[in-house]
Amino acid sequence: MRADGAVMEVGKRRAVSFLLGLLSWVVALVFFFPIFWMVLNGFKEEIDANTDPKLVFDPTFDRFDEVTSQTQGLLGFREAFMNSVWAVSISTILVLVLAIPAAYALAIRPVAKWRDVLFFFISTKFLPVVAAILPLWIIARELDLLNTRLVLIILYTAMNLPLAVWMLRSFFSEVPKELIEAAQIDGAKLRGQITSVILPIVAPGLAATALLCVIFAWNEFFLAVQLNPVDGSTIPIWVTSNVSTRGNFLAKLSAASTLATLPVVLAGWLAQKRMIRGLSMGAIK
Amino acid sequence: MAEVRYENASRIYPGTDIPAVESLTLDIPDGELLVLVGPSGSGKSTALRMLAGLEFVDKGSVYIDAEDVTLTPPQDRDIAMVFQNYALYPNMTVQANMGFALKQQGVPKAERAERVREAARILDLEPYLDRKPKNLSGGQRQRVAMGRAIVRRPQVFLMDEPLSNLDAKLRVQTRTELADLQARLGVTTVYVTHDQVEAMTMGHRVAVLKDGILQQVDRPRTLYSHPVNLFVAGFIGSPAMNLVEAEAGGTDGIRLGSLTLPLDEQVAHNLAAREPGAYTVGVRPEHLQLASEGIAGEVTVVEELGSESYVHVAIEHQGGPLLLVVRAEGETMTQRGDNVRVSCRGPVHVFAPNGERIGA
Repeated sequence: MRADGAVMEVGKRRAVSFLLGLLSWVVALVFFFPIFWMVLNGFKEEIDANTDPKLVFDPTFDRFDEVTSQTQGLLGFREAFMNSVWAVSISTILVLVLAIPAAYALAIRPVAKWRDVLFFFISTKFLPVVAAILPLWIIARELDLLNTRLVLIILYTAMNLPLAVWMLRSFFSEVPKELIEAAQIDGAKLRGQITSVILPIVAPGLAATALLCVIFAWNEFFLAVQLNPVDGSTIPIWVTSNVSTRGNFLAKLSAASTLATLPVVLAGWLAQKRMIRGLSMGAIK
Repeated sequence: MAEVRYENASRIYPGTDIPAVESLTLDIPDGELLVLVGPSGSGKSTALRMLAGLEFVDKGSVYIDAEDVTLTPPQDRDIAMVFQNYALYPNMTVQANMGFALKQQGVPKAERAERVREAARILDLEPYLDRKPKNLSGGQRQRVAMGRAIVRRPQVFLMDEPLSNLDAKLRVQTRTELADLQARLGVTTVYVTHDQVEAMTMGHRVAVLKDGILQQVDRPRTLYSHPVNLFVAGFIGSPAMNLVEAEAGGTDGIRLGSLTLPLDEQVAHNLAAREPGAYTVGVRPEHLQLASEGIAGEVTVVEELGSESYVHVAIEHQGGPLLLVVRAEGETMTQRGDNVRVSCRGPVHVFAPNGERIGA
């Protein structure tokens, strides 16, 4: 009697986990399908992309050639790509350089009123960007920064800094206190403590934070389109420049979007390698 | 190598009124292994961390080798510490862990490697020098933590319950190795533990703390035979001393039921000068015996340890039941439920109502 009950219980649990597994596959596929379709469309002729959905077709790189070599319109691919690379990489490096000391001061040796400081950081994100765009635009114009890379570097740094401080603070506070004390007793000065002990331990967190900054900056559209519509514009703006008012553009747009996505995917893949868990294993006990 | 001195050193944690360590005065001569022992919350770890420079000293001073280090940061104290959880740098190999302090001092690479290898040889760590801490067993990690300390050749070793994460057998083995190593290196060592057996077996001298206040500091033998107060009497010794409230004072001596306890002459003399009242009497289990006469009681538990056994006897005292632990040599025929008699061969410790020891 009891054995039967137990067997039924195990069977039920298996059925439930099977159904849950199935559900997650379905959800994942539903989410992934539009991306898949976008990539697929990029390899089609316009005519194929715009008619009945076709899975079988003659793949071609022509759309990619078209979107990367076109010079009509506002912006070339190469230029937009380099602008994005500059804005994203410099802003991310700046964010980390500023966020690491901030996180140290908030997590490891908390300054007075560190909770308020932390709240202040996040409060800068409360204001919708759209509400700030007019003053930003005016200031940028007055400083002659419109249509420059510099304005995006400054804004992306400001945009990502609060998030980075928050994330790094929580990673820093997971560093065992004893490790820092051991480093102190071993004679390490503040810089040695940070570079030899703290940073190697929070490396996965650092990678995750940098990845998020890269993603947010790479995908940022609103500020770029408002402040840099002509020169210094970035990849998201370039993608939209492939929308034409006449004729079919779905395949071209798909190719452009695919190209815009690739660097982020690459960054994610690179960061993931650093994000191995358990790096701090063996430190204590 | 150096002597260490605490002078009225106090630590009051912010937001509290009661000091975690109160006016600690303690002299630790060069080369001594001093054990700080006490229950949790007694301030023993805080006292150690004050010496390390990891804890602020609110009042008083701390000296290392006659130099006032009260305000010196830990980096500049020339001390080495072994943490309870070892605190090994997870991103570094064993070699790098042990050499880290030397690297900070700017010791050349070749000399560093040589000194690390020498320490590794002493601690049997040579095969593991290239491993990361996560690939070591608990005992090996403990040895790496030790190695990190001895490579430095510091003035003072600080050890904060370094054995408490080891299993019982390894702990006993490491205990002797550690004491031997300390004796060979001759480095002044302050060792914190809550385990009174560890304290008694390792310490040249043992300092007992309670609620941040130093109770007694003495050689283990003295601590055991002449505890200065009730707390030390109950804390030191395993199984614990039998502590019984009894009417005493005046010239009547002390009686436990039908048993008159043999008192030291000095104790009896001091007691005679005092008011009669409720005193606490302490007798160690080995000073009681099962005998043909004495106070009657019933055996409740027998703990056989092989070479000796501890017999728990319930007697009647002051109208209520009272449990005495009696040590018996070797195996005993006694079983639970037996009616036995317990006699006392002394010495008997007597404590005044305020906990202080009376007499010799």
